[in-house]
Amino acid sequence: MQPHLIAAATLLAVLTGTASADDGMFDEYREMMGDDSPAVFVIDEGEEYWYETQGPKAASLEACDLGLGPGVVEGAYAGVPRFFEDAGRVMDIEARLQHCMIELQGRSAEEVNRKPYSLRGDMGTEMEALVAWLADQSAGMAVNPGQVTPEEQASYALGEEIFFYRAGPHDFSCATCHGQNDVRIRLQALANLTTHEGAAEAYTSWPAYRISQSVVRTMGWRMRDCMRQQRLPELIMGSDASVALQMFLAVKASGAEMAAPGLKR
Amino acid sequence: MAGKIRIRAKAENGVTEVKALMRHPMETGLRKDQEGNPIPAEFIKEVTVSHNGTVVIQTYWGASVSANPFLGMRFNGGAAGDTVTVTWVDNTGATGNGETKIR
Repeated sequence: MQPHLIAAATLLAVLTGTASADDGMFDEYREMMGDDSPAVFVIDEGEEYWYETQGPKAASLEACDLGLGPGVVEGAYAGVPRFFEDAGRVMDIEARLQHCMIELQGRSAEEVNRKPYSLRGDMGTEMEALVAWLADQSAGMAVNPGQVTPEEQASYALGEEIFFYRAGPHDFSCATCHGQNDVRIRLQALANLTTHEGAAEAYTSWPAYRISQSVVRTMGWRMRDCMRQQRLPELIMGSDASVALQMFLAVKASGAEMAAPGLKR
Repeated sequence: MAGKIRIRAKAENGVTEVKALMRHPMETGLRKDQEGNPIPAEFIKEVTVSHNGTVVIQTYWGASVSANPFLGMRFNGGAAGDTVTVTWVDNTGATGNGETKIR
């Protein structure tokens, strides 16, 4: 049956003549993996980090308020970015976790920021694990970022501006690659993030286990790496710019069901 | 972190299908880190799957297998409730193991 499937998928790709050829192959791979994404290990590790006593204040993150009250993790990921009164700014999941690590555990901003994302040869960072676990705690829930306060609306506006802002040696904006349908880079289909469908597919599938990198990558990392590909300055995790871009995508994706951690090439 | 194995085993029509996902970096020893220092080799060399204590497959792996490797295999026999164990040994001598009951 398998060869028939491949033949059918290839034929379909030839007929439609779009960017779907390689995606069909990858969908098949994803199906074969089933629930056996290595992200399951990372999710478990994230939960362990949440309850682990750390920092000068010898505290866990259990009292961390992710927007639904202290310690409430279920559905929290689907509700960010949102405005947090105690911090006085709009935060995504990474910025909020950093805030809790500093405030509750007494860790320094420098320590928390030192290595947010995995480098080559790493098995994952604390931040990646925590985000993977929290995303899993929102699986199946509707994306519902805050859009009530002026700060939240300003964050969306800033995200939109950054998304369409052309800069760098290639004069690229995010929209250069992600502003039209049915285009691809090399063999990889590019989502049109200006539409609800495109944004929803992208937003709900991050964080994701990247097979080519053997680690779970977060949405914040995805934003940062897109900036790198545009040859722009490094996007700082949890910064207003990083939060705003995620706010822009989350609002575009509003109502879609979270399905992360996903599995990506 | 390494050492964990997630195993699922299902018996159907006299054949048991085993799926095992292992937490392991599978470093080849040929890569360098951000500072240019070599990352030491660390990869699984041997994986053994047993059914009720009897070895049903023994595999020899090398550095070409991906990180967090996945092993899928089938063997004849096996019934719901039987025990399937998976163990590995890597080049540093570290081991990992996991056990599950066939569904």
